[in-house]
Amino acid sequence: MAINWFKYSSPASFYFLAGKMIPFFSIAAVILCLAGLYIGFFVAPTDFQQGEAYRIIFIHVPAAWMSMFLYVVMAMWSGIGLAFNTRLSSMVATAIAPTGAMFTFLALWTGALWGKPMWGTWWVWDARLTSELILLFLYIGFMSLQAAIDDPRRADKAGAMIALVGVVNVPIIYFSVKWWNTLHQGASVSLTQSPKMATTMLTGMLIMSLACWMYAIAMVLIRTRAVILERERHTAWVGELQGAA
Amino acid sequence: MFLWIIQRDLLLAMRRRADVLTTLFFFIIVVSLFPLGVGPEMNMLRIMAPGVVWVAALLASMLSLGRMFSGDHLDGTLEQMLISPQSLSLLVLGKALAHWLVTGVPLVLMAPVLGIQYDLPADALLVLTASLLLGTPVLSLIGAIGAALTLGLRGGGVLVSLLVLPLYIPILIFGAGAVEASTAGLGAGAHMSLLGAFLLASLVLAPWTAAVSLRISME
Repeated sequence: MAINWFKYSSPASFYFLAGKMIPFFSIAAVILCLAGLYIGFFVAPTDFQQGEAYRIIFIHVPAAWMSMFLYVVMAMWSGIGLAFNTRLSSMVATAIAPTGAMFTFLALWTGALWGKPMWGTWWVWDARLTSELILLFLYIGFMSLQAAIDDPRRADKAGAMIALVGVVNVPIIYFSVKWWNTLHQGASVSLTQSPKMATTMLTGMLIMSLACWMYAIAMVLIRTRAVILERERHTAWVGELQGAA
Repeated sequence: MFLWIIQRDLLLAMRRRADVLTTLFFFIIVVSLFPLGVGPEMNMLRIMAPGVVWVAALLASMLSLGRMFSGDHLDGTLEQMLISPQSLSLLVLGKALAHWLVTGVPLVLMAPVLGIQYDLPADALLVLTASLLLGTPVLSLIGAIGAALTLGLRGGGVLVSLLVLPLYIPILIFGAGAVEASTAGLGAGAHMSLLGAFLLASLVLAPWTAAVSLRISME
């Protein structure tokens, strides 16, 4: 069976597809979040070194993962929008930025909360923290550049350029642990080695990651719908939508 | 054509010498403010010197970015350049090099004098100057992208700092790191190699990216 993918690259048909998908992802996010929090708070054992404070990883690690991953996704959609001149791709990129910035801020904030009992300080100038902060600056730069340009097409393309230039930074974040050896502990989860943490902890963290994932998708879809409505407000189908409501 | 652009931009800059001097004096003032802010202990200043000089160089180079394209944009020259048969990347490279000659080179020449204010030893002064010599062209090249993207926008000056300063960070780390490594007796070779790598990579990539950005901004 062949699906005509190009059908959904039209903002009008994507608007309705997104509308159908949002409830699914929102409910999945809520259920996974509840399950993850339950495992995180009640099932996972207390860490013998870090005590109860380690439990912040259930939100900290997924937030940090999402912050980096969303930037790559944003740059990817920006690149597609720039290369194929598809309006919807750029709209999605615009919609991803605030969610990504939120996750970056969350990762920094929870990291500070974790750092106080563990390292005895809210902030250290370690490579990973610093690059996460730079990532936040990149998100803010992307959003303010788009906000400063009135013409949406130019805003899309200029934002795409800066997103693609900034994506160079994401690998630096990822490999910074290997490049500079500082206070921050090495990655606890890797694909090549077996995990160094208890299975229940890992399960909780992965479920929370999935929850963050679902939340991000739902949010991006909702925001994309808003962007579509704003940009297409002069078209006939939006007018019909208003008439029907 | 490439040389012509550099020549022309240098000539324009020489006709408005005050602009060039403003950037240089901004650099000198920022560097001189730090001892007033943190106190005159020489031991502390000696440690701070590379970072302070580098941050000031970053800011000074960034402040003059707005002038890279805006003059040509206002009088229509830029549009003529866009429709000319010459490669736009080459034109941008010429403009970035002219920007470096006008703002970067004076900073490099001034840095040893400011280093003496901070009581840096002679070999550290040498490394500081060399690292600035390698690093400041990268600042102009990366800055060209920011300047091209914010061309003609309201609040472009503040916006360009938001876009460009995060991208300057690796240069700052390795530029200031080179001096610190050499005073610590580790040798600045590794840092210098990385700065050189940044320079080569940005020489290839930045003019092209800035040219694409210019076309986006001028559509």
